[in-house]
Amino acid sequence: MAEAFIYDAVRTPRGRGKSDGSLHDVQPIQLLTSVLRELRDRNELDTSLVDDVIMGCVTPIGEQGADIARTAVIEAGYAESVAGVQLNRFCSSGLEAINMAAAYVMSGQVDAIIAGGVESMSRVPMGSDGGALFMNPQIVARHNIVPQGISADLIATKYGYSRNDVDTFAAESYRRATDAQQANRFSRTLVPVKDEIGITILDRDEGVRPSTTVESLSKLKPSFEMMGQMGLDALALLKYAEYDKINHVHHAGNSSQIVDGAAGLLVGSREFGEKAGLKPRASIKAFAIVGSEPTIMLTGPLPATEKVLKKAGMSISDIDLFEVNEAFAVVPLLFMDKFGVDHGKVNVNGGAIALGHPLGATGAIISATLLDELERSDKQLGLSTLCIGGGMGIATIFERMN
Amino acid sequence: MAAINYAVDQSVAIISWNMTSAPMNVLNDESIPEFEAALKRAYADSEVKGIIVTSDKNEFVAGADLKMILRNNDKDPAEMLKVSAELNRIFRAMETSGKPAVAAINGTALGGGFEICLACHYRIALDTPKTQIGLPEVTIGLLPGGGGTQRLPRMLGMEMALPLLVEGKRLNPKEALQAGLVNDLAASREELLEKAKAWIAANPSPLQPWDERDRKTGQIVGKDNFKVPGGAVQSPMGVRVFSGGTAMLMDKTRGNYPAPLAIMSCVYEGLQVNIDRALTIEGRYFVKVATSNVAKNLIQTMFLGMNEANKGAGRPKNIPPTEVKKVGILGAGMMGSGIAYVSALAGLQVVLKDVSAAAAEKGKDYSRNLLKKGVERGKVDPLKVDGILNLIHATDRAEDLRGCDLIIEAVFESRDLKAQVTKGAEPMLAENGVFASNTSTLPITGLAQASANPENFIGLHFFSPVDKMQLVEIIMGRQTSDYALALCMDYVKKIRKTPIVVNDSRGFYTSRVFGTYTAEGMELLKDGVNPVLIENAGKDAGMPVGPLAVTDEVALDLVYKISGQAVHDGVLQETDTSYRIGKTFVDLGRLGKKAKAGFYEYPEDGKKYLWLGLSDLFPVSEQQPAIEEVKKRLLYRQAIETVRCFEEGVIRTKLDADLGSVLGWGFPPYTGGTLSFVEFVGTDNFVRECDRLADTYGERFRPTDRLRQLADHGENFHEMKRA
Repeated sequence: MAEAFIYDAVRTPRGRGKSDGSLHDVQPIQLLTSVLRELRDRNELDTSLVDDVIMGCVTPIGEQGADIARTAVIEAGYAESVAGVQLNRFCSSGLEAINMAAAYVMSGQVDAIIAGGVESMSRVPMGSDGGALFMNPQIVARHNIVPQGISADLIATKYGYSRNDVDTFAAESYRRATDAQQANRFSRTLVPVKDEIGITILDRDEGVRPSTTVESLSKLKPSFEMMGQMGLDALALLKYAEYDKINHVHHAGNSSQIVDGAAGLLVGSREFGEKAGLKPRASIKAFAIVGSEPTIMLTGPLPATEKVLKKAGMSISDIDLFEVNEAFAVVPLLFMDKFGVDHGKVNVNGGAIALGHPLGATGAIISATLLDELERSDKQLGLSTLCIGGGMGIATIFERMN
Repeated sequence: MAAINYAVDQSVAIISWNMTSAPMNVLNDESIPEFEAALKRAYADSEVKGIIVTSDKNEFVAGADLKMILRNNDKDPAEMLKVSAELNRIFRAMETSGKPAVAAINGTALGGGFEICLACHYRIALDTPKTQIGLPEVTIGLLPGGGGTQRLPRMLGMEMALPLLVEGKRLNPKEALQAGLVNDLAASREELLEKAKAWIAANPSPLQPWDERDRKTGQIVGKDNFKVPGGAVQSPMGVRVFSGGTAMLMDKTRGNYPAPLAIMSCVYEGLQVNIDRALTIEGRYFVKVATSNVAKNLIQTMFLGMNEANKGAGRPKNIPPTEVKKVGILGAGMMGSGIAYVSALAGLQVVLKDVSAAAAEKGKDYSRNLLKKGVERGKVDPLKVDGILNLIHATDRAEDLRGCDLIIEAVFESRDLKAQVTKGAEPMLAENGVFASNTSTLPITGLAQASANPENFIGLHFFSPVDKMQLVEIIMGRQTSDYALALCMDYVKKIRKTPIVVNDSRGFYTSRVFGTYTAEGMELLKDGVNPVLIENAGKDAGMPVGPLAVTDEVALDLVYKISGQAVHDGVLQETDTSYRIGKTFVDLGRLGKKAKAGFYEYPEDGKKYLWLGLSDLFPVSEQQPAIEEVKKRLLYRQAIETVRCFEEGVIRTKLDADLGSVLGWGFPPYTGGTLSFVEFVGTDNFVRECDRLADTYGERFRPTDRLRQLADHGENFHEMKRA
């Protein structure tokens, strides 16, 4: 089987995903096109060597509809032979794109793919695509489908994470992100977004708030309590009858931020690298996808990580660094506790709580951050994992190349 | 025609429902074809410019004939779909005939009756306060299968229509106008028809907004891109309505009632397609719920059964009607005051006696307060309040009881006290008067020993709060006469309660079987089952309250007292779980809700929660059962005890067992009641499961021999012969 390598990674900064966010007046197609152009330009890439562009996008309607990947390929001025496809595996879409690209390359049928994702959450709101999973009364009722915030709070209830536990984790995420930003640790991947006349619109992740503390977070109201009282807690507890209530601990400050952003990684075979004159930065060792219980929904990183480690013939202690997507603070907390992983190895530059979670792109962004950090800290093996709507988990192991 | 009158007046066809074969106008095999024939006559007659649908009876049309639906309950779904499609075809033809159709709603129009109106182009209701308008199908496990789930949201928008459909709310004409269910009101029958005719004259060729004319044929057909008022299914509003709405529904139904969810689906699926296709979708869901056991149970017990019981199904036939005019009540506590209130409300003269005039007057205040609240809520006519209160004479003088046709004692549950008041009051009874005890536990035959006329001594067990609880359990002592029973049934009917008749025994029927629910809760606790799981299992099974919470409400000292009496009488062993747990909690001073400490803690400033000390007394096992098993223990225990009551002759009919369980202690209505539940599960299955439960948890679950025979012979409880 052929090996799949990562040759480069580019991302936009993440802008606040509301109408006052810096990237709100930038169309998602512009975000994605800028990523493709940057990958081409800084690598002097002959785009005719690229077979396909696979982009995650979780709300592929409106201006994110109609195969935004192919649209971006055309608009970026890539060779006509480059195709484009949009995929949606909810929050993991960006990593799913990488894994699919890797699988194509490993299969030997394809030489190079740009994989990543895009989401302008300020312009195409999360959930605006509806979906039978969330709306069909029979499905919602039969499978006890609740919003993710309720699931996150259910995890806190089941595994006993207190409000203070999640706030402490969140404050640390802010602290790390602040440090990373000040130390310029994102600069290799992060490319500023510029407007039509060449003026920079945003050059840093916008959500980082250096002043955030456990104290300041403790003042925020739980986001899902009221929603829970309107029947959603009860719907979840029908399946989790051993609990009498859900402890609502998550709020805007310890959940991932809603943001706009895009990312792309250049994935290819060894031969591709030789042809393009590029040196691989990392190889993709193994990847795994798994379904998990859909009501609690967000515990998928656990079985996905077990599965990928098994696939790679590794144990958890072999991994030097982890990126566990901070959809909600309980997700990485549970991950660290279940695997006995030290917090010093996990999300060392902060995560989506401080930096934001542009749904379709995050899987690619955290993997790029992981590569950057492996190189900076001179480490070898990294693992990215995300929890996924509908009850799934994804995990990928990367090995840094010298 | 026997069901429908047809006349043409000033070029308007007046199709008037007037069924002679049924007490009320209903949609059934007889009326539906006649209705269609009348409509066809109107379509065909070129002189007829419009159609008015109305009724010659007090009501418009009360709904579908539930017996017809019940008959089809176990038929091939394809057959039932035909019946439903047929109705929709008739309604749709009326809507698309090209001639204006107006519903002149002269009285109650419910369910299928109101769906006729929805299929008309315009609705005018006669404004009488007694008229009820709505789609209450959901309350008997059905859904509006005559286009109601489609036309109502197309008219009002989904957000307005869904609560009406899912809750089955009945509105009076003014409320119906406000909600948009009708377009106009009329003050008299004449005005009703005048307005209908005027609308027809002004709208010679109406077209519903969800319809359009086919460009080629000119026929009226469903519009593909109809914009639902208030927003489409696939919109942020739709997400809110269907995601949040489904959760709210599940919170309420715990998934035990398929109909409300099916209604949600009819709206969700139906409003994404044109009306013709939508009616097909509605038809499928209608058949799905109409052929369900839940609908069968609800119709049988909660509708037909309840009607039967209210009409006096258990009343001895050979006794001529009696009339209670004056009722005496001894003891003006919570129960006595409540009985006084419901009696006065029914227009009876009430003497409310207590040991002091002040105590009696306090009991009357109970009625004052309830009436005041009723006026505030617009439920009671303020002009009637004084009249009702004047019927209640609060007194401390036994003498004032003279001439009562019925005296009900509601004093403290003490044999001696009851004997004393019986002796004191009985002589005041009118000739042939009946003395009743509102006891919930003391055997009537024993209490009757204090009576000079034990054949006119009976038990009338009311439930608390009396004004809300629908059931009265009538208890026959060994010597109680049919006359006393008949008089009490006539009285219960008068106060608009539902009676069941039981024979004397420890705890009678309701207290005895209800006691098994609380007892099984305690058995589960003893077995190391997580108390949260126990409580959730009770609620998820459809009981109104978890077994431990309801035990707290009953009070643990009472559990201890009752089980202690049973131990004393040799009916229970000292090892009995209720007895032991009752004793433990009495010793701990945790008597239940009234002591603000029982299985639960009751903080002053918050919701109750399970007492943390429970896990010290009853360590929670590592291995927890599945919730289905816990639910099973809680429901089967009550059902098997009911089977025993039935066999022992404590309970006399299946209907009494069913109604008593649902109305008395909230056994889940979807089961149809404790005995219907056995048939719902399948007697075979029930016996097998009971054996398994008995092997695993104890002999209390062991099926009786006769139940085994019943299962073997595939018979039902109606055929079960008692000893």
